[in-house]
Order: sequence, then structure tokens, then C-alpha cells
Amino acid sequence: MRLNYILSDLGIGLKRNLSMTIAVVVTIWVSLSLFGSALLAREQVELMKGNWYDKIQISVFLCTKDSGGRGCSGTEVTTEQKNRIRQVIETNPDTAPDGVFGESKKEAFDQFKKLYKDSPIVSTVTEDQMQESFRVKLRDPQRYQNLVSAVAGLPGVDTVQDLRQYLDPLFKALNGLQVGALVAAGLLLVAALMQISNTIRLAAYARRREIGIMRLVGASNFYIQLPFLLEAVLAALIGAILACGTLWVGVYFVVMQRAQETFRVWHWVGATETFRATLIMVVVGLVLAVVPTFLTTRKYLKV
Amino acid sequence: MIRFENVSKTYEGQSKAALLNVNVEIEKGEFVFLVGTSGSGKSTFLRLVLREHRSSKGHIMVAGKDLNRLASWRIPQMRRQIGTVFQDFRLLPNKTVAENVAFALQVIGKPRSHIRKTVPEVLELVGLDGKEDRLPDELSGGEQQRVAIARAFVNRPMILIADEPTGNLDPGTSVGIMKLLDRINRTGTTVVMATHDVSIVDQMRKRVIELENGHVVRDESRGVYGYQH
Repeated sequence: MRLNYILSDLGIGLKRNLSMTIAVVVTIWVSLSLFGSALLAREQVELMKGNWYDKIQISVFLCTKDSGGRGCSGTEVTTEQKNRIRQVIETNPDTAPDGVFGESKKEAFDQFKKLYKDSPIVSTVTEDQMQESFRVKLRDPQRYQNLVSAVAGLPGVDTVQDLRQYLDPLFKALNGLQVGALVAAGLLLVAALMQISNTIRLAAYARRREIGIMRLVGASNFYIQLPFLLEAVLAALIGAILACGTLWVGVYFVVMQRAQETFRVWHWVGATETFRATLIMVVVGLVLAVVPTFLTTRKYLKV
Repeated sequence: MIRFENVSKTYEGQSKAALLNVNVEIEKGEFVFLVGTSGSGKSTFLRLVLREHRSSKGHIMVAGKDLNRLASWRIPQMRRQIGTVFQDFRLLPNKTVAENVAFALQVIGKPRSHIRKTVPEVLELVGLDGKEDRLPDELSGGEQQRVAIARAFVNRPMILIADEPTGNLDPGTSVGIMKLLDRINRTGTTVVMATHDVSIVDQMRKRVIELENGHVVRDESRGVYGYQH
């Protein structure tokens, strides 16, 4: 097999179909970018779930002097009230064994300082302003209503936060984004498939004389298919690389520069997840190029 | 070299057979004219030899291989033993004479040194030395057909198939082409030529197989074009 003939064929083919090749590249680029974003959105949801769902399900915030909750009377929660609350939580059947953690003001303050370590807000807050809390792990994260209603309103309880009520809408939004991105990516990938097979049909038509002679003199099918295959692979690779670049830029500016700064509490997708997503994107891109090329060339270059 | 055993061919969507119960045996080194009116089955015969189509019935043996049993990935290998020439030359217009001939070797992966050696030899054989760098449209019809013959012969095939090679040429030029085909036949290559050219067939006095409506109606070892001559 003579590489230089194949490469010159490839060059001629690319030149001949330049506008079609660009169309394929752009379609693959956009569709893979969306696909990659969907992959990352999924990773993000998993990360958040892993971070929050499994660890702590419910936070029971206790009264401070300034709290206005139903169980507060304008004074700090007393030790007696705290013991009573802990007892109610621990005896509740939905609480996981050893699932209760008390967070003192000091711990809350340390955590606060860690999260906002670069922010001027730290200097304006004192340890005394922090709220004591119980963090409760559930046997089954889905069954939280029972415990919430048992604890809410006890003397000394300011508010009961079930994190799910804050996280669920977020997860839903992320899931929706993910589904939307996947659907759009899927549609575009179908368009890319059709574009590729159309491009090949045109290219095969443009080269029908050469192909006819190749078949006649006994060139192997693989030899005849190779330039088409290389063309498609090259277009897919360029599209995939552009998409990977787009994803990295997106992750860098949206997640690393903005989201991580603004919402420090959460874990965000980073380099590892992005790298994994780009790998999948490249593989998907190549498969998308190679499979229709094989099918189309088989159809149009029949022996 | 080529053997048809009870071969019939009906094209898809057609009720009438293009070839019907054809039995033909062509030995190595023979020169055979395939004659008959348009639609008599000459082209189908040649296409079956090239394995562009499969026969509907019967066996076709070419160079010792049963074409109906040949796996499709082995067809290219089989075709390398057959050279083909057409009425319309089928040269690549953007390649020179030498490039057109070399193309046939390049695409089957022959080494460059082999190509550099073989192409001038075969161009000399067909009488085109000195015109290596011309483009096809700078040549006369006869010269273009010589390029096509050079391309068909450059890989030294066992069989040369010519489908009306003189159909686009004037009588004088045709004689030259026939002399060339005769010379190639003398190297031991089996030549099968479909033609309408009465005077050529009558002059050459080679084996003639006549087809009519898909049947072999005549097979003479030193024949002429038709009975009426």
C-alpha cells in the first residue's frame, strides 16, 4: 500500500468537498460540544448528590438570641432542650444508626471561615453569631417528612432544613439541561451522519471514473474505501478537537472561574471529569464518522 | 481459461434472460471474437467473466476459479488477472499517458521501482514511446485506445477482454489496434473481443462465437462475422 498516493488522494478529496467537509466539521463540533456538556451536567449532578445526599440529609438549626423560629423564645437553646431534641431525633425510626452529629458554634464558624476564606465577609462575623445544629442522616433519604415534622416546633428548634428541598429543584434543572442537551446533540449527530453519507455519495460520484478503473484493475475494496474513510475520520477528529476545546473553555470560564468562586459549598466538575468527557467525545466522534462511511462506501462502491 | 457451463443470466426485474444455457470453453492463449447484434448478450458475457454480476444459473470458471463461489473480497485479486479495454477508452483526463498506465499498478500496491520499469516497457510495446507526458485529449482516438490497452496489459494479465475496442475508430486505425491485440495474444494472453466490426472479424480469421437472444448460435474455430459473407 503506497502511502503517498493515498495521502494525495486525501488532499484532492478534501479540496473537492471543502464546503461539505466544513459543514460536517461544524455539525460534529456543535453536536459533540452539546454531548460533552450533557456528560458534564450528569457528572455534576452525581457529584452533588454524592456530596449531599449521602452525608447529611436534614439540618436542625437550634435557637440563638436572635432567632425568630417557632420553638424559640428569644434566648439561646438550653442544654436541657438540646438533650431533649437529640433524644427525639435518635429515637425516630427513620434516623440512621449513629446518624446524629452535633455541630457546635465553633465548628460552624470554622467551616464558615474555610468556605469564605478569601472573602471580606469573614471579618464581620463572629463565632457567637453562628448557629448550633444537629445534622441528621436518614436510613432512607426519601423518607424525611416524618422526622421533619417530629422535630419542627420542639422548644429550642429554630428551623429544620431538609437539603433536598433546596437541591431537588437544582437537580431537576440540571437533569432537564442534560436531557435537552442530549436531545439536541442526538438530533445534530443524526444530521452529521446524514451529512457524512451525503458527502461520501458526492465524493464517490465525483471520483466515479477513478473508482471504476480501480475496480476494473483489481484494487482492493479497502484501498478504494481508505481515502473516504480518512476524509471522514479527519473531519470527525477536527470537529471533536474543536468540541473538546469548547468544553474546556466552557469549564474554565463558567465552572472554574465563576461557579466555584460563587458557590464554594459545592463540589464542581473539574479537569478529571472534563478529560473523561472529552475522551468519550472523541470516541463517539470517530465512531460516528467511521460507521456511516463504511456503510455508505459499501453501498456506492459495490464490487 | 474461461469456461461457461449451462450459464443463464436474468437481470433483476426482467423476465427475459440475457444469457440462456450458454456452454463455452476458451483455452489459454486463444483469440476469440464475440459477435452478435446489440442485446444479444455479448456485454453480459463479458460482465460475467469480470464478475461484475453473478450468473443466475450454471458455473463460470475463470483462471481455475469458480466465480459463483468466489468470496467477494477475493474478486479484486481475480480481476488483476484480467485486463479490460472499452470502446470509450476510459482514461483519466487529468493524468498523463504514463500516469494513466501507472495508475493501474499503483492502486494494486505495486512498488514504485516496478512501476518505473514496467510502464515505459509497455508504452513501447503499444507504440506510444515519446508520448508519455501527453494528456489523453492531446491524443488521437487510436492513440487513446493504445493507452487503454497499455493500462490493461501492464500487469501482464492472463486474459484480455475487449468490449468493441474499435467501435469509435476509423478502419485504418482499427487495423493498427487489431495488430496490437494480436501481438498481445501472441505473448500467450487469452483475448476475448466483442465486436460489430465485420471486416476485422473476416480478416483475422480467428475463433468466432455468435450470440443471439442470449444463446450461442455459432462457434467456429476460424470463422467470419456472419453466414452471409
